[in-house]
Amino acid sequence: MGKKLVEDKSNVLPGDVIAEGDMLSGRGTYKENGKVKSKVLGVARTKKNRMRVIPLSGGYIPQEGDNVIGKISGIGPSHWWVELDSPYDGYLSLAEGSDEFIDLDETELSDVYDIGDMIYTEVIKVTSEKDVKLSMQDRICKKLTGGRIIRISPSKVPRLIGKGGSMVEMIKDRTDSRIIIGQNGIVWVNGGDEDLAVEAVKTVDERGHERGLTDKVEKILDKR
Amino acid sequence: MSEDKELLKDGKRIDGRAKDELRDMEAEAGILKRADGSGYFRMGGTEVIASVFGPRELHPKHKQKPQRGIIQCRYNLAPFSVDDRKRPGPSRRGKEIGKVAEGALSSIVFLEEFPTATIDVYMEVISADAGTRCVALNAGAIALADAGIPMKGLISSCAAGKIEDTPVLDLKGEEDKDGQVDLPIAMNIETGEITLLQMDGMTDIDEMDEMLDLAIDGCKKVAEKQREALMETFGDKK
Repeated sequence: MGKKLVEDKSNVLPGDVIAEGDMLSGRGTYKENGKVKSKVLGVARTKKNRMRVIPLSGGYIPQEGDNVIGKISGIGPSHWWVELDSPYDGYLSLAEGSDEFIDLDETELSDVYDIGDMIYTEVIKVTSEKDVKLSMQDRICKKLTGGRIIRISPSKVPRLIGKGGSMVEMIKDRTDSRIIIGQNGIVWVNGGDEDLAVEAVKTVDERGHERGLTDKVEKILDKR
Repeated sequence: MSEDKELLKDGKRIDGRAKDELRDMEAEAGILKRADGSGYFRMGGTEVIASVFGPRELHPKHKQKPQRGIIQCRYNLAPFSVDDRKRPGPSRRGKEIGKVAEGALSSIVFLEEFPTATIDVYMEVISADAGTRCVALNAGAIALADAGIPMKGLISSCAAGKIEDTPVLDLKGEEDKDGQVDLPIAMNIETGEITLLQMDGMTDIDEMDEMLDLAIDGCKKVAEKQREALMETFGDKK
């Protein structure tokens, strides 16, 4: 059997040995000479016999199944390019772009999504060369109109969502805002007490790695 | 080599250090807000601020590698970092040190996770008193970890050298100028891999071994300091 070498939730640096033997190496770790080591600066976690390290910081690298918020940055003959705040732009084909039939003889692509538009979209494929294909077919995907866009560190997205969505639900409840969170760290806030909601989201970004985060956010929301 | 200056006296060096003693060190992570990651490292009178941006899209496109990402390093001496004044702008020496730093850092980063992208490391020497490339690499490694870049480990670096026919650790300015050998190395402490090794001056194999041992021990102390600095970024105090 494998052996864990660090406590759960302990802080680790790249290269730190966190387990040995039969333990499996999950996200944020790698295996070398039968030892599981951390790849990033972050917090070690165990799930059964799989070790993971949740990074403290870092950019966004697209992954299949992620829901992200992107900005239309270019229009081709039958596709759009979407900026995702990542080294890799997303490719949204005409077929994946809309549920409805679009007759290219009658409509311009820019009438559907124009350059500068923000969209909530899904990553459906990432190749080994990091070509990213997007889709708007899913029901929750849509063009985002109005509201505000804020950027947080992608590593803090899980904290902003909270366990089973608890954190974001709390912010939504107290501010009556609509909030959509992209896995790439772009957050859309619309309606209600926008200022307060933005402040709460920014607090999660700045203090996301500290303990007692929920209390701190609640305190800010109570100001209203 | 000047004969008039006494670099070693009763086993002590001009600043009172023993042969195998490093200069005092200071390290900090995350000092710049606008960079994706940043680090500060000081050894004696040498200070460097490093910032990391990326992974981000690489331009010009012909530099992109389809299977892996690359690291681009810039090493720059600030005009006010040296006695007199350094003419600002790229120099032959700066480009070369940037190049070897790229090599030293590339070997520990999981570059295959970022095909076609680049990670940019900017190392600005704000005060120079010998050993700038070592301190720059130490700051650079802190900045990379702070930026959340996946790495095999940290790179730690320091120099050994020879003054008055005696191998010593971590030369300071006068020792570098009037000494016989300067031997900077950079390594990953956990694996023992040496990723940078340069040498100025002349020596023989035995002395070389002795200096290498000194430098490797020095790197271990540097690594501890880097570790401390990075652990502070967790900010668990509150």
